[in-house]
Amino acid sequence: MLTQEEVKHIADLARLELVPEEIEKYQTQLGRILDYINKLAEAKTEGVSTADGGTTDLENVWRTDEKSEIGNQKSGTDLIKMAGEVEGGQVKVKSVF
Amino acid sequence: MIKELHNKLINKEISAVELTTEYLARAKKSDLNAFITITESEALEQAAVVDEAIERGEEIPLLAGIPASIKDLLMTEGVRTTAASKILENYIAPYDATVVKKLKENGLVMIGKNNCDEFAMGSSTENSAFGPTKNPYDKTRVAGGTSGGSAAAVASDLSIYSIGTDTGGSVRQPAAFCGVVGMKPTYGAVSRFGLIADASSLDQVGVIAKSVEDAEIVFNAIKGKDERDATSTLKHENIKTLKQNNGLRGIKIGIPKEYFSEGIDQEVGEAIADFIKRAKDLGAEIVEISLPHMEYALTVYYIIQPAEASANLARYDGVRYGKLTINNKQSTNNQLIDIYKKTRAEFLGPEVKRRIMLGTYALSAGYYDAYYKKAQQVRTLIREDFKKAFEEVNLIFAPTAPHPAWKIGEKIDDPLAMYLEDIFTVPVNIAGLPALSVPAGITKAGLPIGAQIIGGWGKEEEIFQAGKTLEL
Repeated sequence: MLTQEEVKHIADLARLELVPEEIEKYQTQLGRILDYINKLAEAKTEGVSTADGGTTDLENVWRTDEKSEIGNQKSGTDLIKMAGEVEGGQVKVKSVF
Repeated sequence: MIKELHNKLINKEISAVELTTEYLARAKKSDLNAFITITESEALEQAAVVDEAIERGEEIPLLAGIPASIKDLLMTEGVRTTAASKILENYIAPYDATVVKKLKENGLVMIGKNNCDEFAMGSSTENSAFGPTKNPYDKTRVAGGTSGGSAAAVASDLSIYSIGTDTGGSVRQPAAFCGVVGMKPTYGAVSRFGLIADASSLDQVGVIAKSVEDAEIVFNAIKGKDERDATSTLKHENIKTLKQNNGLRGIKIGIPKEYFSEGIDQEVGEAIADFIKRAKDLGAEIVEISLPHMEYALTVYYIIQPAEASANLARYDGVRYGKLTINNKQSTNNQLIDIYKKTRAEFLGPEVKRRIMLGTYALSAGYYDAYYKKAQQVRTLIREDFKKAFEEVNLIFAPTAPHPAWKIGEKIDDPLAMYLEDIFTVPVNIAGLPALSVPAGITKAGLPIGAQIIGGWGKEEEIFQAGKTLEL
């Protein structure tokens, strides 16, 4: 079971603002899901290696670190246009601190 | 279906524009909510290009001029791409996913973008910010998920085939619920470039079609290594496999006893038993097998999926992907972090928030070893179970889902109950295997049932062959 403080802490790490009713709702729901997931602790995994992502038998893929055209991808200007606020060709955001 | 239409097109019995006009009209008229966006002008332009090629007497690809639809989780240049989320409501994709690009090279006619669960999280398409998709067999029931719009569109003939995505069953389960064919390729067989990421080690682009033959035609058009997806590969786990004969004669089919435990609907159980019997009557050898770590598959999935999704979705913070109402001007707060939190709170749906929090928890300091690391270890064990099984059998048969389609709203307030419905599909994603869901009967209440055919890594041909022999 999670405490309300834990739910608030997780939401904070996940950059989610929650209202009090949501904290209560997620406390119950996440608690039930975690109770179920905790069954995993029973699995015997001593000496078992962790899976390395989605495929097996993968080799590292190398490429040279150089500028390339990504197919029909648009220019940076077009990508910046999709931002919430743009000024002088740059994305404008609030201050970090 | 695709071949028939192709012949009609090249014999000029119907033009691509006529065909497209007909499907656009159906899509617009439909009340299933299978589409988020209908791309009428693009579709008509694409169809006109195909007609011109036919007019010039050029040879056209099998898929040219065939009305298709694309799950709204795949990038389509110049077309709104939402992932069924309010946070991407105004996002216009700046480039095509590799899959879409390949289909365009094959004369794609895209009718529209299919509805799905928000960021492909769910099992019923009820988590779409644009409302649930209804099941064509019973409009009070769900179409399945997350590619519910794709399955409903193909089942009710609003498009001939649809490109879906399958992270934990999202192509196979809606296909089963809507009585169509759903195909999930081997992880790495199809490029994920331009697929809006949910859980990167589980996500795979798949096909929903009206027949196994159609699914195979589409798969062959979209498969292949792509330098823009470093996990796409032509090489798969090298397993010793038994010789595959024509049809089903002489092939060995494994029935995992763990898949037939309690909690499976009686009519589903009977339909799968019939499906297995038909395979036996056609000459297949049926053997019981065991996948001992299957009992942990769902727990492994519901750690790895939320963990990877929580990282992938961190990018949706209101700064980059389309204009949202909470922008800098309207906020009285002075710090960037407040914009992030408010944007995510307002524009992400409840299931996505739940998974992000679950994943954040599983990856947080002090819990990583108990959850994510442990899950990845058990993932190795599940893969080894399958590897051992495929040294003895060609294919594995199982139900696609434990129950037929449920009522809209029935499980929406009980996330765990919804998760449990994924029990037969997630093991395939955990192991990265290819699998097919084919129609295997209808319940007394008139709801479709799907049977799952699972193959070894890279053995798509074998599942297609069995599927073509057994589909109803």
